Amino acid sequence: MAEAHPVGFQWVMEAKKRGAKVFHVDPRFTRTSALADTYLPIRAGTDIALLGGVVRYILENELDFREYVLAYTNAANIVSEQFVDTEDLDGLFSGYNPDTGSYDHASWQYEGQEDNAKIRGTGKERDSASGLEHESHGEPVPAQAPRDETLQHPRCVYQILKRHFSRYTPEMVARVCGIPEEKFLELARAWTENSGRERTGALVYSVGWTQHSVGVQYIRTGSIIQTLLGNMGRPGGGILALRGHASIQGSTDIPTLFNLLPGYLPMPHHADHPTFDEWVDSIRHPGQKGFWGNSRAFAASLLKAYWGDAATPENDFCYGYMPRMTGDHGTYQQVLNMIDGRVKGYFLLGQNPAVGSAHGRAQRLGMANLDWLVVRDLFMIESATFWKNSPEVATGEIVPEECRTEVFFLPAASHVEKEGTFTQTQRLLQWREKAVDPPGDARSELWFFYHLGRVLREKLAASTERRDRALLDLAWDYPTHGPHAEPSAEAVLKEINGYEVATGRPLNAFGEARDDGSTAIGCWIYSGVYADGVNQAARRRSRHEQDWVAAEWGWAWPANRRTLYNRASADPDGRPWSERKKYVWWDADAGEWTGYDVPDFEKTKPPSYRPPEGASGPAALAGDDPFVMQGDGKAWLYAPSGVLDGPLPTHYEPAESPMRNPLYGQQANPTRKIYEHPINRMNPSPPEPHSQVFPYVFTVSRLTEHHTAGGMSRTVSRLAELQPEMFVEVSPELAGEVGLAHLGWAHLISGRAVIEARVLVTDRLTPLRVDGRIIHQVWLPYHFGTEGLVTGDSANDLFGITLDPNVLIQESKVGTCDIRPGRRPTGPPLLDLVGDYQRRAAMTADRKVPMVTTDAAGGDDAAGSTDEQSPAAHQDGEPHA
Amino acid sequence: MGFKTFIQGWPVYRQLTGTDPLGRGAAAQSARSAELAPRTETADGMARSVCPYCAVGCGQRVFHSDGKVTQIEGDPDSPISRGRLCPKGSASKSLVTSPLRQTKVRYRRPYATEWEDLDLDVALDMIADRILAARAETWEDVDDEGRPLNRTLGISSLGGATLDNEENYLIKKLFTAMGALQIENQARI
Ligand code: SF4
Repeated sequence: MAEAHPVGFQWVMEAKKRGAKVFHVDPRFTRTSALADTYLPIRAGTDIALLGGVVRYILENELDFREYVLAYTNAANIVSEQFVDTEDLDGLFSGYNPDTGSYDHASWQYEGQEDNAKIRGTGKERDSASGLEHESHGEPVPAQAPRDETLQHPRCVYQILKRHFSRYTPEMVARVCGIPEEKFLELARAWTENSGRERTGALVYSVGWTQHSVGVQYIRTGSIIQTLLGNMGRPGGGILALRGHASIQGSTDIPTLFNLLPGYLPMPHHADHPTFDEWVDSIRHPGQKGFWGNSRAFAASLLKAYWGDAATPENDFCYGYMPRMTGDHGTYQQVLNMIDGRVKGYFLLGQNPAVGSAHGRAQRLGMANLDWLVVRDLFMIESATFWKNSPEVATGEIVPEECRTEVFFLPAASHVEKEGTFTQTQRLLQWREKAVDPPGDARSELWFFYHLGRVLREKLAASTERRDRALLDLAWDYPTHGPHAEPSAEAVLKEINGYEVATGRPLNAFGEARDDGSTAIGCWIYSGVYADGVNQAARRRSRHEQDWVAAEWGWAWPANRRTLYNRASADPDGRPWSERKKYVWWDADAGEWTGYDVPDFEKTKPPSYRPPEGASGPAALAGDDPFVMQGDGKAWLYAPSGVLDGPLPTHYEPAESPMRNPLYGQQANPTRKIYEHPINRMNPSPPEPHSQVFPYVFTVSRLTEHHTAGGMSRTVSRLAELQPEMFVEVSPELAGEVGLAHLGWAHLISGRAVIEARVLVTDRLTPLRVDGRIIHQVWLPYHFGTEGLVTGDSANDLFGITLDPNVLIQESKVGTCDIRPGRRPTGPPLLDLVGDYQRRAAMTADRKVPMVTTDAAGGDDAAGSTDEQSPAAHQDGEPHA
Repeated sequence: MGFKTFIQGWPVYRQLTGTDPLGRGAAAQSARSAELAPRTETADGMARSVCPYCAVGCGQRVFHSDGKVTQIEGDPDSPISRGRLCPKGSASKSLVTSPLRQTKVRYRRPYATEWEDLDLDVALDMIADRILAARAETWEDVDDEGRPLNRTLGISSLGGATLDNEENYLIKKLFTAMGALQIENQARI
């Protein structure tokens, strides 16, 4: 956090000054570690084993915040008899279908509800990354489940959790993660001692956590801990994701993503959502508790904002115009389709996949096989110049005279040359005023897309094609100003906020949404950002003039609420859990919820409220159901559906690992999304043979002085000067083993690429003793490429493409490689070197990656059984050494 | 110049008689630096802005004169950042005023080895034509069972995490209306 979110880290330091204990878990010692009380080095890709150890510690010692857990979670719910845990299936849950690599969730349901579940395979959910829809709400469950408030029933969630995590002992944590038992216990003690009625603990993660084949389950494990300890919805608690781009939260809320529409409405699926009603009911789940009960109004209002006058209740608000998903249309599938010649045109909008995405070579070869490419950026980036300046030009794989891609580079306006809102990592929208005009041809995206739409519509004005109706009927009238006819960002924000169609009056909250076409709302969760006709995101009341919640700085979704589910900061009767941790409470005299924040609850619903029989939607939530977007109003320790790879997190090894999974026969996530494409060869992992060809673990992250793919930092002289060169950090022990000299050169080889870097020998990295052997990890920054003031090889070139099944995010925080002294070969010999490693590791183009490994030998592979890692890779013939 | 002014112009005198005995502040100030005013005071205007790099969302004050950015500083009013900026945020002025910034449309013809110039309007028009051609060539009306698809898989887009909400809104709206489904951004990466 001190490295990648330095200014946010000041608050950790403030907390430390007031007595908070700071723990830092990272494969590499960083500036955060230097300022933490305790640093725990960890083997990359083993976080579930560590956190699972904490869950076990809590449950074995009964350190959970019992009143909170009983009242606000599903701990007492009783699960179906048909459920079988990973304990009994060697790392698989019941319901696994090896043919589709996915689970049927029926057996995961609560008792008596097996038939209520969407009984089916979940391969389709995986392809549409449906886990992302849960950013703002839970998966459906029937509201009433059998419960045992004593938590003694062997099939209640609490007991299942206890059994599931029973093998995550401190010894096992040490064996899997390489974290010594005492250090682990110090963490577990501090975490539990600093949680409960009087105290709260926070879990902060950087979004490298999501870049794993089990990324969603990492976060689930964190949620289980925070829920058991009563740290959710309370001040000083929570799970805080540190996201990496100025408006990446905003681009998820108002998604430029294939599977979502604004406000986490799902993009329609051709088979599941042929009609408007089926689409809406799939979101609303008739009869369900919670605020998604109103989703018909949100959906109708979105379509009304899109298609204006053309959208009427009679024509289902032009739902028929919506494009439909049929499967996985994610960025990696797209890139493989580009290589296969199926994509004509590609837009890159402030994004540089040639450097920033996994498997850079696949990215660049894909771009070299398009009809046309539009790059909009501030600077000339690698993704615009791949045809003349890229590793593939050096190897002869891309020959400019033979590369057919037509490239348009359009300069973009910077953040000071346009106005608009960013949504930062805490869901806070902040409006930026414009300072100056953009130079030359530079324009905002607002300008580009508005005018592109205008030109398209003009060109189609006479069209009678059915497919053009959606464009021609689009509500696309935005006021413009200035010499370049810049569209008004405030007008767009007003549409996002929503308005009454008849009068144009901006809505004050999403509660005003209607399903009869009388309201239009671009993004329902942002409703209120233009309340009272005022741009609330532009509010800048000084922190000196308001309390610590600072509710008048910018605007947070939903409803300017700064802490979600804050009803949980009060006990079931509505009283603060403690004076110290008081945040939102029930004021019985006034008959309403009050506090420092906007209460995340219906304002006048008393704690004693119990829903009448048959209620649904918000009315079905009891006065002590704080998790109001969940289908049952509860926090889920166990997820009966919605998480595709299991109702509980389980440690699996990364897709590429030098080790056999010490916990189960199942080696890696059995539901991970793999792409068996000739360009995407994954390094073998146990129990497959030849994993010793790639004996080392590598991980990548950011430098303080650079930003992601470097487009906004390697081009800036001051930043380039501070971090001028690509390097690799290695431990002194590994340097000795491989023969690497400090400040000398090394090259790293995976089954995809070879890159070179200057060597930094440092004890920031330490060899870990894991499962009886030594594992060496190396670290690389991933910012470098071939353009800009400072250049270097791209670390992301080393990665293959394997995705988390819930959200289709790639595993790019851990992989295996070999490392050798000296510079890499150049030109065609570089390809020979990769080919040679592929041959030695038997990575043929048609190799099938084994998904289920429970029947495979449980022992270590040949190289893994020795104490010190044998440098086998170097002994077996190196034509290019 | 009177004697008093003369003697006060001598730093050692000020150091001995003033509030700065170590000569590290006012005593050491030259007449020239005494006359200097910070750029922020003489700026034509100041825009309240936000750092464009990571998602902490530090407040920025962007000072400008004659249509040029002259200084970018942390916003001391911000409850998020309390006036601080990290090395990247502090380099924002270098970012927006960098001589490497591209200000002209560049065009690479198929099989060309170099860039060419192109007018912005022409580029916009050419891109619109290519979109329409790609849609015509790859349009899918219905699936095998006659259920609607309304889409093209011939067009892709990547980007958004560095853009404004309003921009993402228009991007998604327009692409959805043209049937382009394959819209992605950094949140998937
Ligand atoms: S100044 Fe640094 S910490 Fe603050 S938003 Fe910018 S990059 Fe992030």
